[in-house]
Amino acid sequence: MSMLSNMITIIEDNWLLLLIGQYPNGPLGGIASTLILSVLGIVLAFPLSVLIALARLSQWKVLNWPATALVYIVRGVPLLMLILWVYFLVPLLIGDSVPGFVTMLCTLVIYEGAFLSEIVRGGIIALPSGQMDAARALGHSHVGAMRYVILPQALYNMMPSILSQFVSTIKETTLGYVINVPELTFAASQLNNRLLTKPFEIFAILAIVYFIVCWSLSEVANQLEQRIQKQRLGDDPSDAGALQPDAPKMQGAT
Amino acid sequence: MKGFDLLAVLTHPQFSQMLLSGMKMTLIIALGSWMLAMSLGFILLVIRMLPFKPADQAVAGYVSYHRNVPTLVQLMLWYFGIANILPAGLQIWLGDHNGEAIFAIVGLGLCQAAYFSEDLRSGFRSIQPGQDEAARALGHSYLGAMAYVLLPQAFRHALPALINHTVSLFKNSSLAMAIGVAELTHAVKEVENLSFRVFEAYLIATVVYLACSLLLMAVGAWLSRDPASAEAS
Repeated sequence: MSMLSNMITIIEDNWLLLLIGQYPNGPLGGIASTLILSVLGIVLAFPLSVLIALARLSQWKVLNWPATALVYIVRGVPLLMLILWVYFLVPLLIGDSVPGFVTMLCTLVIYEGAFLSEIVRGGIIALPSGQMDAARALGHSHVGAMRYVILPQALYNMMPSILSQFVSTIKETTLGYVINVPELTFAASQLNNRLLTKPFEIFAILAIVYFIVCWSLSEVANQLEQRIQKQRLGDDPSDAGALQPDAPKMQGAT
Repeated sequence: MKGFDLLAVLTHPQFSQMLLSGMKMTLIIALGSWMLAMSLGFILLVIRMLPFKPADQAVAGYVSYHRNVPTLVQLMLWYFGIANILPAGLQIWLGDHNGEAIFAIVGLGLCQAAYFSEDLRSGFRSIQPGQDEAARALGHSYLGAMAYVLLPQAFRHALPALINHTVSLFKNSSLAMAIGVAELTHAVKEVENLSFRVFEAYLIATVVYLACSLLLMAVGAWLSRDPASAEAS
């Protein structure tokens, strides 16, 4: 019981550090920084992932091969190794030192871009091939058909997976701790260095906070998936990929 | 920065020794935690199949914790937190016996067990319903039907997901560096500090990690393509 009351005292005394780090006396940190880093990471990775996915689906080897190689390299190397590379290469390339936050953001964009591209690619492949044929028959170019017919449908179906990937991104921001990026894990470790006597309580609080955030978002993803699943099953089974919300967009395009 | 020279690192007696022992430690951690995760994954799955609701909920809670808390935080909780509330005698023993590596294996193993047990569970769901009843009708006990009829099939269905998670387990072994285990990433940082050959050191580690991951992926693709495993259902 004393452990629990210790934890409550620690939260009461240090909630601001865990929430925003040392801001405004230092860089923004804590869970605010974790969330901003994750949102920016996934938002910036998304366009990259669509490009990678389209390149991987392309018939042209000039596009296909480099994109495939990139995905396999990123999937095969630990995120920590990628962080070390970016930490080393980005200052060399731009000739100036960069804050840890930017290093971590660049790493996340590359890493998530590769992983998201697999989701996007899967979503495009899962659509019935009749969609592309119909769009082409209606006079769309290949790019136009992708842009107005295939991608909107594929992306709608992929929303739950993208949300799950966002949860993964939140978990991955913890690795910024290794290069001292001010975020939640870093704040907890600072707190641990200051208090010294209550490591179990501090890291238990840290685990609980991550659990609450990631668990709630995963639940939202599950609900969303069930809704989309239901919607798909409600449709004509021979046309499972075509969803109502995209219909106006398709009409607008033709 | 010095000119690019891979051999300066590879042929240097001290650096090559550090990298080799780092690779060895990475393999020990990956293999140790894989075996722990796989055996625990099976046990969790069997518990979950029991017709006893509290056991099912306990395993669901276990899985949820390990999936929703970052792996690095789990390792830190083990190494900084749980290590601290263990009995003093055990703490001293761990200190003498490479406690960091033990905590890394336990932490990564328990975490990955949650993923493995979920993979196996969805493998289970894709078994045709008659298999269970047929095995029981042929006189198998619950555990016998499980061990000889259901688990082998579930395992084959779950293979692609299991391989994916094995690759992530291997990659996650690099997180052990954060709790001071002298594995490959840790060794590379040390070599970098001593030799100032950052590019060479990172390149060696990247190639080693990539080669192992791609090998695992290739083995997985080969196993999944094997007709013997494709006809499991």
